[in-house]
Amino acid sequence: MAFISSGYNPEKPMENRITDIGPREYKEFLPPIIEKNFGKWLYHEILEPGLLMHKAESGDEVYTVRCGGARLMSVTHIREICDIADKFCDGHLRFTTRNNIEFMVDSLDKAKELKKFLNEQKFAGGSYKYPVGGTGAGVTNIVHTQGWVHCHTPATDASGTVKATMDVVFEEFQNMRLPAPVRISMACCLNMCGAVHCSDIAILGIHRKPPMIDHKVLDNICEVPLAVAACPTGAIRPTKVEIDGKSYKSVAVKEERCMFCGNCYTMCPAMPLSDKEGDGVALMVGGKISNRITKPAFSKVVVPFIPNEPPRWPTMTKVIKQILDAYAEDARKYERLGDWANRIGWERFFEKCGLEFTEHLIDDFRDPAYYTWRQTTQFKF
Amino acid sequence: MAKHKTPLLDQLESGPWPSFVSDIKLECENRAKNEKGVEFQIPADCPEDLLGVLELSYVDGETHWKHGGIVGVFGYGGGVIGRYCDQPEMFPGVAHFHTIRVNQPSGKYYTTEFLRQLCDLWEFRGSGLTNMHGATGDIVFIGTTTPQLEEIFFELTHNLNTDLGGSGSNLRTPATCLGMSRCEYACYDTQALCFNLTNEYQDELHRPAFPYKFKFKFDGCPNGCVASIARSDFSVIGTWRDEIRIDQEAVAGYVGGELAPNAGAHAGRDWGKFDIQKEVIDLCPSECMCYEDGKLSINDKECVRCMHCINTMPRALRIGNDRGASIFVGAKAPILDGAQMGSLLVPFVKVDAGNDYQEIKDIVEGIWDLWMEEGKNRERLGETMKRMGFQKIIEAAGVPFDVRQVQEPRTNPYIFWKAEDVEGGWDRDIVEYRKRHQQ
Ligand code: HEM
Ligand code: HEM
Ligand code: HEM
Ligand code: SF4
Ligand code: SF4
Ligand code: SF4
Ligand code: SF4
Repeated sequence: MAFISSGYNPEKPMENRITDIGPREYKEFLPPIIEKNFGKWLYHEILEPGLLMHKAESGDEVYTVRCGGARLMSVTHIREICDIADKFCDGHLRFTTRNNIEFMVDSLDKAKELKKFLNEQKFAGGSYKYPVGGTGAGVTNIVHTQGWVHCHTPATDASGTVKATMDVVFEEFQNMRLPAPVRISMACCLNMCGAVHCSDIAILGIHRKPPMIDHKVLDNICEVPLAVAACPTGAIRPTKVEIDGKSYKSVAVKEERCMFCGNCYTMCPAMPLSDKEGDGVALMVGGKISNRITKPAFSKVVVPFIPNEPPRWPTMTKVIKQILDAYAEDARKYERLGDWANRIGWERFFEKCGLEFTEHLIDDFRDPAYYTWRQTTQFKF
Repeated sequence: MAKHKTPLLDQLESGPWPSFVSDIKLECENRAKNEKGVEFQIPADCPEDLLGVLELSYVDGETHWKHGGIVGVFGYGGGVIGRYCDQPEMFPGVAHFHTIRVNQPSGKYYTTEFLRQLCDLWEFRGSGLTNMHGATGDIVFIGTTTPQLEEIFFELTHNLNTDLGGSGSNLRTPATCLGMSRCEYACYDTQALCFNLTNEYQDELHRPAFPYKFKFKFDGCPNGCVASIARSDFSVIGTWRDEIRIDQEAVAGYVGGELAPNAGAHAGRDWGKFDIQKEVIDLCPSECMCYEDGKLSINDKECVRCMHCINTMPRALRIGNDRGASIFVGAKAPILDGAQMGSLLVPFVKVDAGNDYQEIKDIVEGIWDLWMEEGKNRERLGETMKRMGFQKIIEAAGVPFDVRQVQEPRTNPYIFWKAEDVEGGWDRDIVEYRKRHQQ
């Protein structure tokens, strides 16, 4: 493995340096039919699950085939996607916000052929490579974060929980029979890099044990003021500890103030908090982004904790399916999951979904908590 | 022959949904075969070690990654995230395994030529594993070693003509919906604005000088496909302020059943015959629609542009002609004081490419000046707003106060009057006062 230089000279880092050039201009990459009709689209139709037609003022029609996939993808896989785009779409494609892939062609026949081809491709292990779907009133791909694959604070895995969930709701990815779209999101700790807080259903990794403190190590490696400042609830203070007659500069954590966010571990590797028994997932529901009919809304915690059960998280996926089925059965057309819960009342929501309401679901975090308690005589028995 | 046994991960190969495990295994095989004779610059078997360490996490129920250590490229304060494995002897291929964020093109359109160039680079100098895309929108390269960082940056800028994305307390890589490129609802050119602002603010993107991260996101209409109102400190959402364009013939087509409602989005279930009264008129949140004698009318002055009727009958109804955008500020995830949606700062602004979007840039820069002055360390704009009051942000942005900025007026009368608000100011003479009032 000989080192091969790119041309960069470490002695003179500024030599030939190019910086601040920004991304490639998107116009370079637009398929010709898209470029031609840019800003001149009349309407669209979802012809069948995963197959869209957009009609332009010019009369042109572009057919889009949308397929799902794991966002963690290898260059081998991307090259295969390129082969498909070369074969069917003159070397153009796009990705959607929710990690779907879109192939665009100029006739319905080609689109159908492409859809068939995509649905035929499988991995050696048996799963689809490019399942077509993710449109309309169904479940589309899950947006998620890194999890155990590549982050230091996760309370669960992301790719695994997502795969397990999508397997269970797969039919809804390939159908459009729900009352409205259902957006599922996943984030692997409270920091919510994926910002799952406005999803119809959110899977959220949570820790339940405060950080451990490795005092002997901490003294050497930790910038104590940074760790103190990192704690959002001010639970950390500097202190001295005595171990075997030796004194160490360290920190103390006021454990009853800890919200289990892991920020201290980001600053200080001597404060790990992951724990097999302590960690798991919470489920939140009823958020939305779109302004359609009702306002955008935050998701609410309806299951405070489910233990991690790798590799397939059966309890978690069972509860998700339960919620989805109750919604599909009971909600009105156009009603998003949260709108349905608001209409029937959350007391009914718990009943219909077969979920238990516990003390942990009553908000007690700072000012906004008050606004979630009931201040009316109107409620249902 | 796999380097590590992965019985738990292997169970994620079955089931219909595309398996990331199968994909990584494919990459392992290809790197082992190395048919093209690539001189891998980091361990060829690193994907094997990634599976190994992930399997260990599946057994332990705990992550095996550490943070720690600032790495990056010269002159940039973001774009690279240091990542180290806490079992380097067992998994040497991923001992140092840093993330590189590459700025994606607006709307995520690609040519296969460009994608293949990215693949070649990342196979040669990295793990060959990516996220297409990260949650913010970047192309995410997962896993390389420190000596490769400058080399990759050099190749990206010299050969691929592209730059890194953001990380740390800086402007994060802006993201946009596909907008006018393929959506009839787009009220402005989201891609052009995104591209323009990304280039205008390269310094802010690469050199952290903010109290904390700052995100721009651009949605072409209130459907919000990139979730800007929930996920960005500065969210620009397309809107219009004149009339929804109605094609009465097409309305009749929907009522008569010739046209599929909702562009077919609900076609998978038999919801019965389309009922315009029940499904459109009655669900309009501002109750501003009416269907009588086969004619649809909208009282546009009262319409709140929720998109429902347009989404339901896209061939009959189109967005208005006087188009622009609303600007929302301060959205963030729940850490710490709770989640915040973006709050409406500017009800309407023309999105004017001719003027190089100067009006929008003035607003951005006004807000940044205040936030950089007053924001505490690791305080998102939304939190600064809550602490200082929305008025301060509105003033800093240099835009007028407007009743649209609130859902309802305040319920407490604790108004922080300033001396200059009050006739005669606050300087008073107690001696004069005592002449009127005894002690
Ligand atoms: C102090 C709190 C936080 C810490 C320590 C943190 C840490 C991290 C780290 C280490 C990564 C990179 C994971 C990797 O690729 O190796 C990451 C990714 C990311 N973070 Fe955070 N984060 C924090 C808060 C947040 C918040 C509040 C947001 C959103 C508002 C956010 C948004 C993101 C996004 C979008 C990514 C990319 C995630 C992905 O696509 O996988 N982060 N964060
Ligand atoms: C009929 C009306 C709608 C049309 C024509 C439409 C169009 C689109 C388009 C073109 C995209 C791809 C955007 C991109 O990746 O940049 C998209 C994605 C998305 N839209 Fe919409 N949208 C509609 C309604 C909605 C509504 C009502 C919601 C929310 C309830 C919504 C939420 C989303 C989300 C979350 C995505 C990402 C989906 C994915 O990447 O698979 N959209 N939509
Ligand atoms: C300079 C400050 C204040 C003045 C001059 C003031 C004056 C008064 C007066 C004159 C009354 C009517 C008493 C009556 O019925 O004869 C009253 C009632 C009351 N005040 Fe205040 N007050 C002040 C501050 C406050 C504050 C700070 C609070 C709460 C923390 C408060 C709470 C109340 C309540 C609860 C009542 C009874 C209202 C009722 O009739 O239901 N007041 N106050
Ligand atoms: S959500 Fe938490 S654990 Fe997951 S990638 Fe972000 S910081 Fe890491
Ligand atoms: S986990 Fe979060 S709340 Fe708990 S001590 Fe660490 S920084 Fe503070
Ligand atoms: S946000 Fe609006 S304009 Fe943008 S893709 Fe979605 S529906 Fe179209
Ligand atoms: S856009 Fe919404 S508020 Fe406006 S007329 Fe249509 S349904 Fe009513």
